[in-house]
Amino acid sequence: MTRERNSIPYWLSAPGALTVLALVAVPLVMTFTLSFYSQPPGGAIDSTLTLQNYGHIVGDDYYIEIFARTFLMAALVTGVCLLIGVPEAYVLTRLTAGWRAISIVIVLGPLLVSVVVRTLGWAILLGRDGVINKALMAVGLLNQPVQLMYSYTGLVIALSHVLVPYMVLSVWASLQKLDFATEQAAESLGASSLTVLRRIVLPQVIPGVLSGCLIVFALAAGAFATPAIIAGRRLKVVSTTIYDEFLNYLNWPMGAALAATLMVIVLAISLLANRYIERRYKQVFS
Amino acid sequence: MAGHSGCGKTTTLQMVAGLVQPTTGNIVLDGSEITKLRPNRRGLGIVFQSYALFPHMTVSQNVGFGLEMRRIPAAERAKRVAEALALVHLEAFGGRYPRELSGGQRQRVALARAIVIQPPVMLLDEPMGALDAKLREEMQIELRALQQRVGITTIMVTHDQAEAMTLADRVVLMNGGRIEQVGKPYEMYEQPNGRFSSTFLGRANVFSGSFNEGTFLVGDVALPTAASTLNGKADYILRPEKIRFVDQNAILKGRIAARVFLGNHWLFQVETPLGTMQVARANTAPPSVGEGDEVGLCWDLVNARVVATEGQA
Repeated sequence: MTRERNSIPYWLSAPGALTVLALVAVPLVMTFTLSFYSQPPGGAIDSTLTLQNYGHIVGDDYYIEIFARTFLMAALVTGVCLLIGVPEAYVLTRLTAGWRAISIVIVLGPLLVSVVVRTLGWAILLGRDGVINKALMAVGLLNQPVQLMYSYTGLVIALSHVLVPYMVLSVWASLQKLDFATEQAAESLGASSLTVLRRIVLPQVIPGVLSGCLIVFALAAGAFATPAIIAGRRLKVVSTTIYDEFLNYLNWPMGAALAATLMVIVLAISLLANRYIERRYKQVFS
Repeated sequence: MAGHSGCGKTTTLQMVAGLVQPTTGNIVLDGSEITKLRPNRRGLGIVFQSYALFPHMTVSQNVGFGLEMRRIPAAERAKRVAEALALVHLEAFGGRYPRELSGGQRQRVALARAIVIQPPVMLLDEPMGALDAKLREEMQIELRALQQRVGITTIMVTHDQAEAMTLADRVVLMNGGRIEQVGKPYEMYEQPNGRFSSTFLGRANVFSGSFNEGTFLVGDVALPTAASTLNGKADYILRPEKIRFVDQNAILKGRIAARVFLGNHWLFQVETPLGTMQVARANTAPPSVGEGDEVGLCWDLVNARVVATEGQA
């Protein structure tokens, strides 16, 4: 009797579990396996297990630079999203219901448009004859156009724009749980507005800030469309490199090894950051 | 300050606190005008309905926050926090976080946080609202004792008439954004100035009628009054516990429609020519009358209060 009843949850979750297994776990395992194979130039994939792909990644400055560039980019994008997204989310909670609805649509609207389209939009803005350069020159701030397309600055700007809604959403969700009265209480106890933000509001929304940062960081590190269009071949990141290994050099094992390395590093950074902040702000996570 | 929800009592409190700006009028504290002062410059101790404790700080840090903002040195701060916590009997809880406390304890932390800054006035916004009935009664008595001990003028907002009567030296009764009556709880209970005051504080039988050549008429029934100097329309207010059952010399006759036992007293609904009346009798002996009985009602005329209806006085 007890056994029969206990087996029902497993049956119920089986379809979902199987789908996840087939669509996520199996491809992951296959990619991992593939990354230990090797591919001699011009030859077929050799399925003897070897660490030589990982050896290249660790030993070759070319790959190390790409990884460093990718994670620096992800960190910068996370920083920019933090600086823009957190105040934006806070302002959102302070608006009246009507303005808030409009503002949320404006914040989330970009998510409804394909990343590729949004990035192409940035390409128009950032180009040598793009709107930004033209405007800056018209105002007289610049004498000659600055290189924004295929540049690190352009990449960080465009990617931050793509990812900032995730930060806003996640901080906003956290702010929803904030008791407005705690701010009033702090103020009545003599705190200035800045102190209220720093000592009362921010510590309470740390969970949202953290999850926002993790989402933005992971998405930025793995982003493909935006780097592919804005940075192009001139400024490779890990994901565009993986694409090239698979489709241009036809070195699947190398591509798989890069993908696996990227995933492991993102996972490790996320877990460590999560662990550290959760411990530091133990009381807010309940 | 007492009144039904939405009558403006919390808004008034927030204006005093500086969280809401009044459209007209001034707020004066100890002779100085504070109307335009920001809340963080007023130095008032506020206890919010939700207590608004800082969840990411310990009890001690919560209580010490106001002192910290006043740049009190750490040693003195620790001493004053300890004193405030002792005052609310939470000496042992300084290291805990708010979510590790019960509702009553949180309320006391909120009180300690307001007291510790030694404010000229304390503002309490429905401080008992989040507590269950039993705890509420305990905390009312404790709050009253605490307030007497520290001697800080306290303005408290409540929608609970019993709480207003228990805790207040002076009750400000509000209705629809206006003050209905101000007074000591006992005076206000005994001498309500109208229908609203009488029914908000306790129970009351209120009959609207008018004076006609010295007699008070409700419909076509005459009620005896002690005051016959009034003219025009008036309300006749009679507390249920002032009415006695009598066999003879009844002022009104009626039939008992319902009888409810409330522990320390019985509450009767009596159907009379004037409508249903409430009668309360102390539970000193087994009840002499039951449902369906015909009874005579009598009361001392000094206990019946007659108030001219607004606009007619």
